[in-house]
Amino acid sequence: MTPTRKRRLVMVTALVAGVGLATTLALRAFQENMLYFYSPTEFVELGVPEERTIRVGGLVADGSVRRMPGSMTIEFQVTDHAYAVPVSYTGVLPDLFREGQGVVARGRISDNGVFVAENLMAKHDENYMPPEVAQALHAGKMRAIERAQQGFPNEPEGNSGTTVADDSAAADGSAARGY
Amino acid sequence: MWLWFHKLGSPPYFYRTAGRLIPWFAIPAVLLLVAGTVGGLAIAPSDYEQGDGFRIIYVHVPSAYLAMFGYVAMAIAAAIGLIWRMKLAFAFAAACAPIGAAFTFLCLATGSLWGKPMWGVWWDWDGRMTSMLVLLFLYLGVIALRGAFDDAAKGDRAAALLAIVGVVNIPIIKFSVDWWNTLHQPATISKLSAPSMTMDMLGWLLIMIVGYMLFFAAVVTLRLRGEVLLRERGARWIRGLDSRA
Amino acid sequence: MREFLLMDGYWVYVWGSWILTLVVMLGLIVTARRHHRRALVEAARETEAPLPARAAVKELS
Repeated sequence: MTPTRKRRLVMVTALVAGVGLATTLALRAFQENMLYFYSPTEFVELGVPEERTIRVGGLVADGSVRRMPGSMTIEFQVTDHAYAVPVSYTGVLPDLFREGQGVVARGRISDNGVFVAENLMAKHDENYMPPEVAQALHAGKMRAIERAQQGFPNEPEGNSGTTVADDSAAADGSAARGY
Repeated sequence: MWLWFHKLGSPPYFYRTAGRLIPWFAIPAVLLLVAGTVGGLAIAPSDYEQGDGFRIIYVHVPSAYLAMFGYVAMAIAAAIGLIWRMKLAFAFAAACAPIGAAFTFLCLATGSLWGKPMWGVWWDWDGRMTSMLVLLFLYLGVIALRGAFDDAAKGDRAAALLAIVGVVNIPIIKFSVDWWNTLHQPATISKLSAPSMTMDMLGWLLIMIVGYMLFFAAVVTLRLRGEVLLRERGARWIRGLDSRA
Repeated sequence: MREFLLMDGYWVYVWGSWILTLVVMLGLIVTARRHHRRALVEAARETEAPLPARAAVKELS
């Protein structure tokens, strides 16, 4: 390699390294401002600025959804299994909105501590499967829970032999991470 | 091998070889895209959560993949061009840019069409979507910068510099869903673990991805021939070519 | 058939994304061909070559 080419190679490498480093530092410095949504834990522990529009994201707590009769308003709790935030929303619900499903609400906190959402988005995970597989998986999980309650060791499920089976069962447990 | 490599570096030889290669990319591309479309729309089962809405994945993910692949290819070519002053590398980088930009646009648009029914919004400023929008602007910036110079060689070098700098955005796109809270879900297909999708759905997606890659190869080769001609104008070998071809 | 076309009620989004993709892909092919053709015309003009006979084309393209 000629000296000029070597010099150019070093310059290009240095350029990429420099810009990469600068970007990394900038992203780290602004980590807090780059928070797309607060998880319920962050919402409670970090303290949320009032009078500012933010997003709160988590799972819709099972059994928490209450529809106000005669209006389009619903109330529910957003949870990450550590803390729960009460949310109220008026408007059209996204198709995937249901209990146990991920959700991101944008709005602000009201005086009585309820998070009033002006905008509600459903979040889904990265698992895709046909309904039959999902059913088999669910049945398998229920059996495993039953076994565990009866004191049997948690054996690997034998009935659902797809790769997705093990993977999404694991994903279920770590759902709180993604949301 | 080296002899072949050197021969390929000669513009007339390259121009001819590239012309012969195009159908070898284009025909399998069309076959795979048709197969993937039939499979993805009609044969693959619908999803347990999203029903038939999930089928948008078959055009969304391959677009996203090409958008990023095209950018990396362009940046590597730009670096080779800058370091070794290779005309063909600059020509390749120039050929990649508009195609990559088109697929970035497709990725954003199909993502939007998927987001509206499932998430409830066309768009939101989460890490994945914002960094993908930045990618589109980088592509447009590279194209505009090249066009802004009267001297083509200077334009090539300036655009190459921007393309190389912009490559830092690629890992940001890739890992945005892991580093930050995002509305977008994490990756379904990754090298480290089994894909979170059953085979009867995944197979058609892989066929689609290969089809998109071959489509990219065919179109980039066609554009590359044009770029070679533009950079070689005035050369003697061009005299033999028919402009009506 | 009707059920297939309706796509669980998501037909606007599913078919929309497919048609958009098709249009952009066709657009890419058309612009790439035009780009190549224009380059050919321009390059040929600068060599001030007389438009060659069809025989030469066979060999080179």
